[in-house]
Amino acid sequence: MSIKKVTQHPTQNEELIFDRSQMGRVGYRLPNLDVEETNIDDILPQELRRDDDLAGVPEVSEVDVIRHFTRMSTWNFSIDLGMYPLGSCTMKYNSRLNEKVARIAGFANLHPLAPESEAQGALELIYKLQEDLAEITGLKGVSLQPAAGAHGEMTGVMLIRAFLDKRDGEKSRERRVMLIPDSAHGTNPASAHLAGFTVKTIRSTAEGLTDMEHLKTLCEEGGVAGLMLTNPNTVGIFETNIKEICDIIHEAGGLVYMDGANMNALVGVARPGDFGVDVIHLNLHKTFSTPHGGGGPGCGPCCCTAELEPFLPVPRVIKEDENYKLDFNRPESIGRVKAFFGNFGMMVRALAYIQTHGAEGLREATEAAVLNARYIGHHLVEAFDKPFKSDSMHEVIFSHKKQSRKGVHTLDIAKRLIDYGFHPMTIYFPLIVEGAMLIEPTESVGRQDLDAFIDAMKSIAQETIDDPELVIGAPHSTRIGRLDEATAARKPVLRWKPDMETLSKSA
Amino acid sequence: MRYIPNSPEERDEMLKIVGLNSADELFRSIPNDVQLNRALDVTAPLSEIEVISEMEKLAEKNMAARKTSFLGAGAYSHYSPTIVDHLIQRSEFFTSYTPYQPEVTQGTLQYIFEFQTLVCQLTGMDVANASMYDGSTAMAEAFLMAQRVTKRDKVVIAETVHPEYLAVAKTYTQHGDLKIETVHFDKESGRILSDDLDKLDAQTAALVVQSPNFFGCVEDLQILADKAHEVGALFIVVVTEAISFGLLKSPGACGADIVVAEGQSFGIPLSYGGPYVGLFACKDKYVRNMPGRLAGIAYDAKGNRGFVLTLATREQHIRREKATSNICTNQGLIALAATIYMETMGKRGLQEVAMQNAQKAAYASNRISEIEGFSLPFSAPKFNEFVVRAPKPAEEILAKLTNEKGIIGGLSLSRYYAKNPNDFLVCVTELNTKEQIDNLVEGLREISE
Amino acid sequence: MANILENLRYSKDHEWVAVDGEKATIGITDYAQHSLGDVVYVELPKVGDKLAAHDAFGSVESVKAVSEIFTPISGEVLEVNESLNDAPEVVNNDSYGDAWMIKIKMDNTLEADALLSSAEYEEYLSNNE
Repeated sequence: MSIKKVTQHPTQNEELIFDRSQMGRVGYRLPNLDVEETNIDDILPQELRRDDDLAGVPEVSEVDVIRHFTRMSTWNFSIDLGMYPLGSCTMKYNSRLNEKVARIAGFANLHPLAPESEAQGALELIYKLQEDLAEITGLKGVSLQPAAGAHGEMTGVMLIRAFLDKRDGEKSRERRVMLIPDSAHGTNPASAHLAGFTVKTIRSTAEGLTDMEHLKTLCEEGGVAGLMLTNPNTVGIFETNIKEICDIIHEAGGLVYMDGANMNALVGVARPGDFGVDVIHLNLHKTFSTPHGGGGPGCGPCCCTAELEPFLPVPRVIKEDENYKLDFNRPESIGRVKAFFGNFGMMVRALAYIQTHGAEGLREATEAAVLNARYIGHHLVEAFDKPFKSDSMHEVIFSHKKQSRKGVHTLDIAKRLIDYGFHPMTIYFPLIVEGAMLIEPTESVGRQDLDAFIDAMKSIAQETIDDPELVIGAPHSTRIGRLDEATAARKPVLRWKPDMETLSKSA
Repeated sequence: MRYIPNSPEERDEMLKIVGLNSADELFRSIPNDVQLNRALDVTAPLSEIEVISEMEKLAEKNMAARKTSFLGAGAYSHYSPTIVDHLIQRSEFFTSYTPYQPEVTQGTLQYIFEFQTLVCQLTGMDVANASMYDGSTAMAEAFLMAQRVTKRDKVVIAETVHPEYLAVAKTYTQHGDLKIETVHFDKESGRILSDDLDKLDAQTAALVVQSPNFFGCVEDLQILADKAHEVGALFIVVVTEAISFGLLKSPGACGADIVVAEGQSFGIPLSYGGPYVGLFACKDKYVRNMPGRLAGIAYDAKGNRGFVLTLATREQHIRREKATSNICTNQGLIALAATIYMETMGKRGLQEVAMQNAQKAAYASNRISEIEGFSLPFSAPKFNEFVVRAPKPAEEILAKLTNEKGIIGGLSLSRYYAKNPNDFLVCVTELNTKEQIDNLVEGLREISE
Repeated sequence: MANILENLRYSKDHEWVAVDGEKATIGITDYAQHSLGDVVYVELPKVGDKLAAHDAFGSVESVKAVSEIFTPISGEVLEVNESLNDAPEVVNNDSYGDAWMIKIKMDNTLEADALLSSAEYEEYLSNNE
């Protein structure tokens, strides 16, 4: 038998687990049943039991599982491998210490319905994190219950709704407009919709800031319940007029919600509560470095003013004398947003992050993140179109304007970056910049890597002139090339089935 | 700060390169009157040794984590194979992001595809998404989906659905035009009260039933599916104990249109309530109304098979306020853990662990019912949880059991159902040994004497 | 340059209308399909639905975008093009032919006369370039 090695990746063809399955293989062992056995028909009559023998569920050994996932893992890019400059996503280092402490048995094995007196450590931890987040945001009321950023947003706009309903009574009906900039995350309007608001879009100025005149006009039209604003905004610029913006909304009778996705640009430097913001969500998986894990879990605490605090989700974690308690008696609360108390494991990690940094380290991280983005902006301003002149904060935005003349677009530049050993930046977001490339290096990147990234980007810009096809055909170094997403969406195949052809067409 | 690669000297040099004299100047665009201009009032930086010690101290106070426990009710103590936690800690998985760039995220996309398939197989459904936050939010999303699909505005839900799930659904729907009506349970069987099903009518978007229900009773899903379909409503099945899939007839086989479940039992630590993972599955014809991400097969120009996130036009980043949900981040890493769990246990393991749960719970319920003064109020078949009616208030008995015997004997139902102060819910899993069960029985006997 | 057929009427939302007595056939223009990119899904109304002019009667989806389709004229839906369910790519390949979307019975035939002629639509497009 001859071995033919023709693939560039050592684990090119790891099949689906269902194709690896062999009848009779086992990957587990349980202790023998130690109680006397009851006739199963006496426990559950046959008509309530499965009769399909779990058709299709694989049978594999422990070794099969280890190899399967280890091989698949090699197809992923990760923070630990290198710079992952996804703008708005804040791919910073995920400390192993945080992983370690979240796994301490006293946390990991604690049941959420354990008596409060038996779970004082967990409640104390939640309370401490609430206090720290209140200090960091300048907003006194904190709930850690929301499971992710969008969930925190939903909670936040529901607080606004509950507040207005109480303040205005029946007249609150006339106040259902949520103002959202055209540059906002898509979750903002989707969350506003869940709270029964209709959305009006605020234009951005040529400088990438909220158009103050348009904001005033929209407020004059009336019915304004509030504003959802990201700050620094999604093009990475601080809304310098933030105080005035908050004043305008407050004068119009509305409240200000801040999307805290970019809070990592402000920690230790400025606090939303001091701008006049009424409510904010944080992404612990961004600013406080809990791992993103291929798309979650997150944790999206909601922080608000004392005025909004009565409306926060139940139960609240409070301190009475030296004891920590769950307080369910909150008659004005919007209700629960999730079973139990939120993603506690993420709270442990976030608190460990805060403790490790301390006050000075938190500010240092903010400075380093902003400096890294500024450094990239400084070095790429010649090679790429930078649509806004203002100082960038933790992320910097470019467009493909200079390259698209040669037929090279943002998507191509992103894919070519992979060949240089970097994960692409966020592309085509926000929508207000055509062919947007949003680059967020975070503080977790050293100067050599920043320089290498800058060189790669400049090199791609040069390739666009010398050999555009090279860029358009990228990536050239990965296991698979660009996938036909249109066909995938027209005839979606969303699960394995026994009779399907799962190997490569060419295999 | 050891997580920041650049030294202060390097940062000073970089500041000069970008034309600044100090780090403070980085924040020129923030007006001075809104800058903090003081240090945050949080702890001073702690070393790794100190952080671990602080955390250990807090964890030590969680005495419940060290005690024999019979708590369930939506969060379960199960065996998790060692390799589950090992594999999810691979950098390539836990330090990657949502797979927006398929060429460098095939590992994530393929496991999502396997997760979707396994969820379909266990629930008996056609299509499953890449996960929701947890079971409770998955159920709330199912309500909204049923409303979209049927264009009707009423959901009829069994009173025996997890009370916290119902609370979450009420929060989600409070500003829409969806009405929620509850159906009572039968005091004898512990199952849904069929006489009360006349609440189903031509305005009903969905009938929602949990099985095993909050009391541990297994519902007759087939009959309920027919009742829902008779009025043109969808049938939504909620499962909080995913281990039951290994033994019970799948909701899909019983006629469910949407199945939502909590996947925590699949190898995920209790972790005081999260992060867990919501499973969400439905019939093919409703796929475009589903919330959340979906991975599907796609091919490159050379014919190589790969996976992509697909049908994204349902989602908030494209459809904004008209999206099927506001969800973005899901539970990727926890879905990975559940996938590894399901594959490691495999067909035989999922069956055996389910059987052991049912057997041990049967043994425990039989023994407890033999104690003078104790009874099992509900007659319906059960999986691994059951309600016990004590001769005294359950709070009192359980507190004594914890303090005197070091056993957490279950959950007093007075927290949710004030009418039955003597009832408590007991859960028995494969991790509870015969000795622990016998100690529980002895403890209850002594305390009630 | 987008293909524009002479014998059709056009709306500023990039729908085309073919009038045949009281009956009108509606689809999206070549310009519209081109700016959408690969069409992956088409959502259409039910036969019998009553539409008022400027109502959204469905949507066209590409991989990363959704566009609503508006009827430029009022009427009742007589027929919908079911074949687009299985082959949405036809919208890209034959937007004025096999990719017609709905046929309606017009409430008021004068509405069609008010639409853009091919020359006017061409001018409208060039002004928007």
